[in-house]
Amino acid sequence: MSAAHTNGGRFTNWMADTMQSLSIRYALGLALIVLWQYAATRAGSIFFPTPVEILGRTRELWLSGPPSRLFLGTGVFQDVFPSLFRLLAGWALAVMIGVPLGMAIGRSRTVSDLANPTLQFLRAIPGPALIPVFIILLGTETTMRVTLIAFGSVWPILLNTIEGTRTVDPVQLETARAYRLPRHAQLWRIVLPSAMPKIFAGVRVSLSLAVILMVVSELVASTNGIGYRIQNAQIMFLLTDMWCGIVLLALLGYALNWLFLKVEYHVLRWHRGARGQTARS
Amino acid sequence: MLSVDDLHHVYAAGQVVTQSVSFDVHAGEIVSIVGPSGCGKTTLLKALAGLLAPTAGVIRFQGEVIRGVPEGFAMVFQEYGRSLLPWNTVHDNVELPLRYRPLSAAERGERVKHSLAAVGLSGLGERYPWQLSGGMQQRVAIARAIACQPKLLLMDEPFASVDAQTRADLEDLVATVRDQFQITIVVVTHDIDEAVYLSDRIVVLSKSPSTVLDIVATGLPRPRDQITTKALPQFVEKRSAIAHLIRRPVIAAASDGACTSE
Repeated sequence: MSAAHTNGGRFTNWMADTMQSLSIRYALGLALIVLWQYAATRAGSIFFPTPVEILGRTRELWLSGPPSRLFLGTGVFQDVFPSLFRLLAGWALAVMIGVPLGMAIGRSRTVSDLANPTLQFLRAIPGPALIPVFIILLGTETTMRVTLIAFGSVWPILLNTIEGTRTVDPVQLETARAYRLPRHAQLWRIVLPSAMPKIFAGVRVSLSLAVILMVVSELVASTNGIGYRIQNAQIMFLLTDMWCGIVLLALLGYALNWLFLKVEYHVLRWHRGARGQTARS
Repeated sequence: MLSVDDLHHVYAAGQVVTQSVSFDVHAGEIVSIVGPSGCGKTTLLKALAGLLAPTAGVIRFQGEVIRGVPEGFAMVFQEYGRSLLPWNTVHDNVELPLRYRPLSAAERGERVKHSLAAVGLSGLGERYPWQLSGGMQQRVAIARAIACQPKLLLMDEPFASVDAQTRADLEDLVATVRDQFQITIVVVTHDIDEAVYLSDRIVVLSKSPSTVLDIVATGLPRPRDQITTKALPQFVEKRSAIAHLIRRPVIAAASDGACTSE
């Protein structure tokens, strides 16, 4: 009986704690939305629609589809999915290029000396400045946009991977040698996991860069995508639609980051544990 | 089994670490290498392990000159916390070297289980190293070594970072492991008590640039016991003899700050 009582108490406590942390976390956001609603209503400007109007329009634009399509409107298929595809493809490409290249540079003096000046030079070029070049070389289709996103978002991944693979604990590498692990196993089982915390930090920064570049790429010579929709709405003076696109981008960025943190939490479980232990002892 | 012949090691800066070190290790022996701190014990052990090419001299393992880490070697490092991989569980840490040997998954699993049992860590395979105490982590490192079924086990100051009681337990574990698996063991230590208690023979090194001062056979009966063995007159006598050997040059070198890092 006492156990049940304690459990009940614990559950109530947990509920209370959760409610409290939730209310602290979202109180400011909610207050700002209320303030926005109030200010926009009072101003009555067509440039600044109220959040309620934006929400309503969002439903019409993207959530008015048939149940068979999970209520997703045609706008989702026309603009949101293509945007998401470009974003994820470009970002994935950046990871697939940045991590192996970073490992090669981080572990090999020769590759580092060879590649470094070129990379520093390329890194200095703002991605959007290359849009005209990419359009000439790659056309105006998805390939161009994915390339731009990959080019612009590869840098944090590359630099963090270099840094992470350079700072592998020498004792771990010596252990690998003492146990005659083949070279590929040293890279795969020691260098890569040991660099993982830094790689994840880089990949996370590159995710927000990828969102920015996705929008930028869609502002130029495009026929669909969230960026295109925002620009098009502005040209057609559909200002509520424009705001809808912006809010959608914010939500998308938030959701992607949240998902990313969930993945990171699982992959780097060992890192938190090991670090916590060292901090305590 | 292992023979070290006129070994010299000089660091790039011209600093001489070892100068003409020669000794043999016979199959089934436990041999300790002791010497004052900074005498190049760790350098010597790394050369024995094939991790470091000596400047001059030859190390042979079963008649073959060592170039690179030979098959049949295993090593236990002082820094257990850094030598075990924190992203792998205890089981995966022990299994890692086996993955690159011609063994089936079932054989690997069997060996991991057997090794963990031998060091008294059955059932802890799913834990992570950082969830264990220092002594238990070093047991994992020993399990990883014996899972490879080595002929020669090299240990570099293996118990320098654990508390006294754990240290005593681990010393006894080393003797058990030797008997159970018929492994030849070379231990580097700065602790003379430990060297005498563990070993059949002790290689005593001088301060850097180090040479072999003496090779002392302990002649203590086995099985040994932390209390009774250490109370034997023979134990006390060997311990003081070695302490005298080591201490004299250290006092002479008190003003000489040149030491190698260990």
